[in-house]
Amino acid sequence: MSSTTQKIAKDKKGWFVDMMTSTIGRKVLMALTGIFLCLFLIIHLIGNLQLLKNDGGTAFNEYAHFMGSNPLIQTVSILNFTFIILHIVYSIILTRMNMQARPRKYAYSKPAANSNWRSRKMMALGSIILIFLIVHLVYFWGKMKLTHYGLVEEGVLVKKFGTTDQLHLYDLVNAAFSDIIMVVLYVVSMIALAFHLSHGFQSAFQTFGLNHVKYTPLIKTVGYAFAILIPLGYALIPIIMFATK
Amino acid sequence: MNLTLQIWRQNKPDINNNGNYQNGEGKMTEYKVADISPDMSFLEMLDELNEDLLKKGDDPVAFDHDCREGICGMCSLYINGQPHGPESGTTACQLHMRSFKDGDTIYIEPWRAKAFPVVKDLVVNRSSFDRIMQAGGYVSVNTGVTVDANEIPVAKTIADEAFNMAACIGCGACVAACKNASAMLFVSAKVSQLSLLPQGKAERKKRVERMVAQMDEEGFGACTNTGACSAECPKDIPLSSIARMNREYFEAKITSNNV
Repeated sequence: MSSTTQKIAKDKKGWFVDMMTSTIGRKVLMALTGIFLCLFLIIHLIGNLQLLKNDGGTAFNEYAHFMGSNPLIQTVSILNFTFIILHIVYSIILTRMNMQARPRKYAYSKPAANSNWRSRKMMALGSIILIFLIVHLVYFWGKMKLTHYGLVEEGVLVKKFGTTDQLHLYDLVNAAFSDIIMVVLYVVSMIALAFHLSHGFQSAFQTFGLNHVKYTPLIKTVGYAFAILIPLGYALIPIIMFATK
Repeated sequence: MNLTLQIWRQNKPDINNNGNYQNGEGKMTEYKVADISPDMSFLEMLDELNEDLLKKGDDPVAFDHDCREGICGMCSLYINGQPHGPESGTTACQLHMRSFKDGDTIYIEPWRAKAFPVVKDLVVNRSSFDRIMQAGGYVSVNTGVTVDANEIPVAKTIADEAFNMAACIGCGACVAACKNASAMLFVSAKVSQLSLLPQGKAERKKRVERMVAQMDEEGFGACTNTGACSAECPKDIPLSSIARMNREYFEAKITSNNV
C-alpha cells in the first residue's frame, strides 16, 4: 500500500485545535455562527419594521441612532461581523475540502433522487446573500459610518435629532427604495435567504447533535416558518416603500 | 430485454507509482447486451456482458461482488446516477433487471471519492474504511472463560437500536451518494453500534476521537446534512446516527483525558 493512503491519524496540535479543525468541529462552527446570524436577522427585522411607521421616519431614525450609539449594541455588532466573516471563511474552507474529496465527478448523476437542491446549493445561495450584503453595507452602513465620522459631507442626510445633528437614515433608505433595481435586488436576495435558511436552520440543530424523535419535527417546522417569515418581512419593506413612495 | 450500457473503463489505478492519488485515465464506453431476462439480477446482467466480451477476446469489465445477497457490502456500482441503482434499501446485487425497461441506456460508474481510489474499471479500494475501523471500531474482550450471554443486561430498545446501526455493511454508498464524499454515515453507524452497548463503554471516548481523526486523515469530505447518504443507504441507516456521532465526538473531546 502507498504512503499517502495508509496515514494513521495522530494528535497534532492539542485536543482543542484538533477538535475545531476536524470536519465535525468545522461544521459546528458553521452551525453556531449560522444560528447567531439567525438571531441577528430577527433583531434587524424588528428595527427595519420601524420604516413602515407613517411618521416621516422619526421612529426609524431614533432606532438607528440607538443602534449606532449604544455600547452594548456596538459590542454585539463587532461579534456579528466576526461571525459573518467566520461563516464565510469556513464555508470556503469546507467547500474547497469537500470538492477535493471527489477529484473526479460522476459522468452521470441524479442528485435530485436523494436530496433536495437547496441543501446542495447552500454555497450558491450564500454567495447571492454575500453579494447582497456587500451592496447593502456599502449603500447604507458605509454611508452612515462615513457620515457619522464626518468623512463625507452629506448635508441632506444630517438633520436635527433632539438637540444634536444626526444622520437622517430614513431619507437614505427611502431614496434607495424608490429605485426599482434596488427593490428587485432586495427581493431576489431575500428569496435566496429563504432557501438558505430552510436548510440551514434545521441543519444546524442536526450538526449540534440535536436530533430527537420528539423535537426534530418541531425544529423542522420552526425552521421552515422562520425561513418564510423573516425573509418575507425583509422583502415586504422595500416593496411597500416603493409602492407608497 | 435489449440494453445499452455506458460503463466506466479504467486500466490504470488512481494511485500512481509514488503512492499519491492521481485521476487514472479512463472513459465511459458503450456496450450492448441482448436477451436479458427481467428476472436477472444486475450483476448477472454484467456477467452476461463479460461472457460476451471474453468470447470476443476483449477485457471483461472488472466489478466487485461477493455474497450476492445484500449482506457483504462488496458490490459498489453507481447505476444511473445513484449508488446501488434506483431501488431504495437494496444493494446492486439485489437490484433486478425488471427495474429497467427494454431499450434503456444504463450508466454504470465506480464510487467516486479521493478516499476510494479506483483499482480498475468499477472496482475501488475501500481500505480507508478498514483503517477507520482499526482506529477504534472494536471492543476490548478479556480472555478467559466464556461469559454468560445474559450476564450484562441490555434494554431491548437499546439492543434494537445498536442492531439497526450494526446493519451497516460498509459498502460506501453513503460516500458515493454524498456531494462531499463524506463518510459520516458509515463512521456514525459504527460509532453508534459500539457506544450504545455496555460492552462498548470501555473505549467509548477514545473510539469516537480516533475514528473521526482517521476519517479526516483519509480525505473524506465534511457533512452538509443533505441526507443523500441515508436516502441511498441499502441498510437504511438514519441521519440521526450522524447527530449521535457529533454528540459523542464533542462530549469525548471535551471530557476525555486525551489531551
